[in-house]
Amino acid sequence: MNLRKNVATSESGFIFNPSTGDSFSANPIAAEILIQLKQGVSPSEIKKTVLNKYEVDSSQLERDWDDFLLQLRDANLLDT
Amino acid sequence: MQKLRYERPVIQKMNAGLMNKYGTRTEYEPVKHIDGVSVASLIQQYGSPVFVISEKTIRRTYQNAVRAFKTRYPKVQFAWSYKTNYINAVCKVFHQEGSWAEVVSGFEYNKALGNGVPGNKIIFNGPEKSNEEIKLAINNDSLIHIDHFDELYQLIDICDSVNKKPRVAIRVNMDTGVYPMWDRFGFNYENGSAWNALTKIVASGKMELTGLHCHIGTYMLSADAYAVAVNKLSDLAFKCKTQLNTSIQYLDLGGGFPSANTLRGAYLPASDTNPSIDDFAEAITTAILNAGFKTEELPLLILETGRALIDDAGYLLGTVLANKRLSDGRRATIMDFGVNILFTSFWYEHKISPAQDFTHHTEDMVLYGPLCMNIDMVRESINLPLLNRGDQVVVHRVGAYNMTQWMQFIQMRPHVVLIDEKGTTHLIREAEDLKYIEQLEKMPAHLSTIKL
Repeated sequence: MNLRKNVATSESGFIFNPSTGDSFSANPIAAEILIQLKQGVSPSEIKKTVLNKYEVDSSQLERDWDDFLLQLRDANLLDT
Repeated sequence: MQKLRYERPVIQKMNAGLMNKYGTRTEYEPVKHIDGVSVASLIQQYGSPVFVISEKTIRRTYQNAVRAFKTRYPKVQFAWSYKTNYINAVCKVFHQEGSWAEVVSGFEYNKALGNGVPGNKIIFNGPEKSNEEIKLAINNDSLIHIDHFDELYQLIDICDSVNKKPRVAIRVNMDTGVYPMWDRFGFNYENGSAWNALTKIVASGKMELTGLHCHIGTYMLSADAYAVAVNKLSDLAFKCKTQLNTSIQYLDLGGGFPSANTLRGAYLPASDTNPSIDDFAEAITTAILNAGFKTEELPLLILETGRALIDDAGYLLGTVLANKRLSDGRRATIMDFGVNILFTSFWYEHKISPAQDFTHHTEDMVLYGPLCMNIDMVRESINLPLLNRGDQVVVHRVGAYNMTQWMQFIQMRPHVVLIDEKGTTHLIREAEDLKYIEQLEKMPAHLSTIKL
């Protein structure tokens, strides 16, 4: 699972996909995750960071992670 | 190190140029309290879901409606529409405020009697009244509103066996310029049926014709239609006086005033578009005052307003059961309440507020209930902050019809709680349980045992 290489992300949560012209806004935690994905950090490392930083348990994060991937896939932001 | 508050990750597509001119959501505050009582504590004490009724709001709404009419017209009487919400504690708040009872079945009639309403302050409407119910109403001197000719003749027959003249009115239906025209109840004005019924009542000599009743529709969005109704009822009243030598003592304009709930498919919120109670009062009272009655002969104005008096006072508190994503990418959230107890979600786009803090990030979502039935959809499309399993929400304006039209279907009906004016909570209807549901069932002997 990789973010498309040409997708632009910003710390403020703005996402731009030049292939489709679509832009998106991400909430802060989504923006953080996207930046790390773009930097090539592995999903397990990202989840570990989130668990350390935020008040969330691993089961909840796992469900939300899967849902987030669905959102990214839907938005055509992932490499197929 | 203190961990940060978590919010699940979301992205939202930006649709530049496609925003509508009314903007997006307007609800930015969580609703954490109802009349000073915290939503969390209500759910903790009474479970989820739970209906909550604000006594303060009922009284305030009622008093405002009374003010709107009584400051414009000298003789006004409200009669609480039992079918809108007939939980006894709710009825009694209205009766304490001075409201009579308006019932549409023997069941409701007996409920009103049980609540201590004197028989002569009960209006008995509706198309079904058994002989026994009619006799009871006659003996109690109740106001019987006749719905059809068969009922008129039923009454004439009963009068022969009861040594008392019933006080009666007829329900009149008419064209008030509003579509759809409600013509299934009562006698039609335009085709002469209403006048025919009135002449038969007076000619029978067995009944005391006291009033004229109409109920021109429900969720009426035009106050002017009521003025048309007043003019037509007044016309009948004058004819009764001049041609039948009978004075009509009251005009009952029924109900039908809308609440501030937004109808499904409406472009603008109801609070911006619906006429206020003062608009209806102005239209109705002006029409009666201009109809030509002598001051000393002005009829009593009876109103059977239900929805507009109770909707705002009712809340449904519920909890998020689950989130999921549909095949087309839409978010779906499953609540622990559905159309079984929130019947009005078939008609309204109910306002729903989260009961805990949230960020400005929102999602468009479908809101489903917990029933394993496809029809169980509370909101087809709603924009709400990110909700997690266990989060609590408040559904607003659910006081009318839900606690009477609710269904025991798949799930039990929950507790109903009243918050009194001092902020104390009272359980006014207990949640159902299996024993309650099964108490009327009977088991044939040959089915008493099974072997699998």
